[in-house]
Amino acid sequence: MCLAVPAKVIEIHDELATVEVRGVRRPASLMLLPEAKEGDYVLVHAGFAMQIVTPEDVSEMEALWAEMNGAPRTVESLEKRDG
Amino acid sequence: MDRGAATADEKALVKRLIEEIHRLLGKRERPVRFMEVCGTHTVSIFRAGLRQLLPEAVELVSGPGCPVCVTPASYIDYALAYAEEPDTILTTFGDMMKVPGSASSLAAAHAVGADIRVVYSPLDSLAVATENPEKRVIFLAVGFETTAPAEAATVIAAKQQGLENFFLLSAQKLVPPAIKMLLDDPETQVDGFLLPGHVAVVTGTSAFEFLPRDYGRPGVVAGFEPLELLRAIYRLAQMTAAGEARIINEYNRAVRSDGNPAARKTMDTVYETIDTEWRGLGKIPASGLAMRTEWSSFDIAAVNPRTVSVTAKPTACRCGEVLRGRVSPPDCPLFGRACQPEHAVGPCMVSVEGVCAAWHKYGGSRFRYGQ
Amino acid sequence: MDNNTIQLAHGAGGSRGAELMREVILPVLDNPVLRQMHDGAVLSPRRPVAFTTDSYVVEPRFFPGGSIGRLAVCGTVNDLAMTGATARYLSLALILEEGFSIAELRRVLKDVREAAEEAGVEIVTGDTKVVGRGAADGIYINTAGIGEIIEGAAISPVNIRPGMDILVSGFLGDHAATLLAARHGMELPETIRSDAAPLAGLVREMIAAAPGIACLRDPTRGGAAATLNELAGQARVGILIDEEFLPVRPEVAGVCDLLGLDPLTLANEGKLIAVVDPAATESVLSAMRANPLGKEACCIGRTTAGEPGEVTLRTAFGGIRIVEMPPGELVPRIC
Repeated sequence: MCLAVPAKVIEIHDELATVEVRGVRRPASLMLLPEAKEGDYVLVHAGFAMQIVTPEDVSEMEALWAEMNGAPRTVESLEKRDG
Repeated sequence: MDRGAATADEKALVKRLIEEIHRLLGKRERPVRFMEVCGTHTVSIFRAGLRQLLPEAVELVSGPGCPVCVTPASYIDYALAYAEEPDTILTTFGDMMKVPGSASSLAAAHAVGADIRVVYSPLDSLAVATENPEKRVIFLAVGFETTAPAEAATVIAAKQQGLENFFLLSAQKLVPPAIKMLLDDPETQVDGFLLPGHVAVVTGTSAFEFLPRDYGRPGVVAGFEPLELLRAIYRLAQMTAAGEARIINEYNRAVRSDGNPAARKTMDTVYETIDTEWRGLGKIPASGLAMRTEWSSFDIAAVNPRTVSVTAKPTACRCGEVLRGRVSPPDCPLFGRACQPEHAVGPCMVSVEGVCAAWHKYGGSRFRYGQ
Repeated sequence: MDNNTIQLAHGAGGSRGAELMREVILPVLDNPVLRQMHDGAVLSPRRPVAFTTDSYVVEPRFFPGGSIGRLAVCGTVNDLAMTGATARYLSLALILEEGFSIAELRRVLKDVREAAEEAGVEIVTGDTKVVGRGAADGIYINTAGIGEIIEGAAISPVNIRPGMDILVSGFLGDHAATLLAARHGMELPETIRSDAAPLAGLVREMIAAAPGIACLRDPTRGGAAATLNELAGQARVGILIDEEFLPVRPEVAGVCDLLGLDPLTLANEGKLIAVVDPAATESVLSAMRANPLGKEACCIGRTTAGEPGEVTLRTAFGGIRIVEMPPGELVPRIC
């Protein structure tokens, strides 16, 4: 329902950041995410940064492979997980 | 979004996940039904062709998570009434242009001279208002919890900039009340929910705790890449097989348990909760947002109230049942015949993200299982 | 000229019209045929000809990699090239809005001339009309073109059979992505620009390389999705393309991500899609790659005996989905 893309914060002037998605730059407001810093990856929706995101998910992939290969990982352990 | 860049490792993982889902659910008497609530999920699932990759033991049904689709026809009628007034510019997300009102659409009004402009961000409308001080600029504020904070922030920015010619026509909606309404209906058969990742970015996972607590249903917050979606389906399969119901966050690179408190605060500053009408579903308690009276000078409905006569004609459209996950789009007598993306009858065919539009666009009715 | 904007009188055929021709248009586009100032061009083609016309409206009028002037030449030259013809002669008709800047008109004409030189085509006749303020948006251009059919060319969708290869000449969507970025406040690196280019030379080299080219199309409005649907419909074959083989620059994918669009639906102005007998694929591909406009050429799929008229795509994870005829104007979406 809501298209949002991860973008890198290139520079910040007051509440307005320049963000970059695969080499494409555009302004994004930080009104909803004042804690964002230059170099962070943020999720951008309708011209607003909505949340700081971790760009890669390599460890998650590895954990999932381990699980597929029989490593124990209970639902309870996942439930408490938070970003 | 997936652009075809899948590594060999990712492909192998997809294969393994599908095998695991089959192992977990393959021996059940009836297929397990999971609902993807979010329209962007619906589109991602079709774009990646995930439906056919899944074992027959899993049936994916699409929920009411396309804000454009659930916006009532009367909202478009109001927007068109404002568009006809002199010295008025409407700004809107592109998705809204083709949505049918009772008698017309924004695209049709634009064709006969109404000044309606598509913007990428609500903030872009402030620039339009600044450049056109002699005109009223009205932004069509639709969306769910993801979009409402951006629209609220835009109003706050308009106030800071001292703009007196910028207004919203508000019709935002909240997702959890709609899910509750679906589950309160005994005819809704859904075993688990793929929860909307970008709504959860704002609301946090805690907004969905009612699912296991009050309804005994599991839910997994999912990202939008094919692998992220499949991982979430796998978690739902795991919980279903184990007879457990919990909320799991499989989009934890973006979603926190308490979401984005600053975004919610911005939303609460400008908006209050109201009962509201969903196209195809009817009135749902406490499921909509309206601007608080302190902000009414930015609320076009308060500044310049209009009345429109609703003249919707009854049709054979089954969108209401589709949105409830009761029937699939091809079960509707209009699907692909009288109702097509370019000439939509029902709301689900209107937006690219509507369930019927996604089925139609990506051949969902033909490529469901097997190849 | 006594002022610097277009007036209604410039299109009225009197002395102001002659003045515009003499002082603005001829100095840029001068050639022996045009200089005769006849009402029409007298031509003597030596081979069978192809004939086409197209009109050009674009916002913004100047963009990285081109302008409405460059498009007006490349578009018509390419339409001729897709029939297997080398463009020889173009007409150029301008519809100008009262108040349009003459300096800007000169820039447009300069781009017309440069593109025509690049394509080896002559502007041999033309027309100018001026409409009142608000009746047009600045400048509209129509060009018609005559091209000579290349020796050995037999290009038509009726030649398409199941089992043929589908080639594209390079990265998809550069042109539309450049325009969309300009319209929606996005900044692209300088390497990303409109691909507007005349493809006549590339097509000649492809046809010379192998006799097995069944059909050619330039995926302009509606992008590759529209072109493939047209081809499948006209030839009554199925088409299956492979998502992993689609050449899309990361920045173009980025624009699509931000605006919620599919690169397959983005317009191109200097790309072609070729349907080729598999026996000829290798030689056609190497001829394409030897030309700077076909450096990135690759095979993206094939025609099938499947559902006639239907274009399908195999996703990176092995699912199959339909590639639909795109519905029309590209607008950014949020959901």
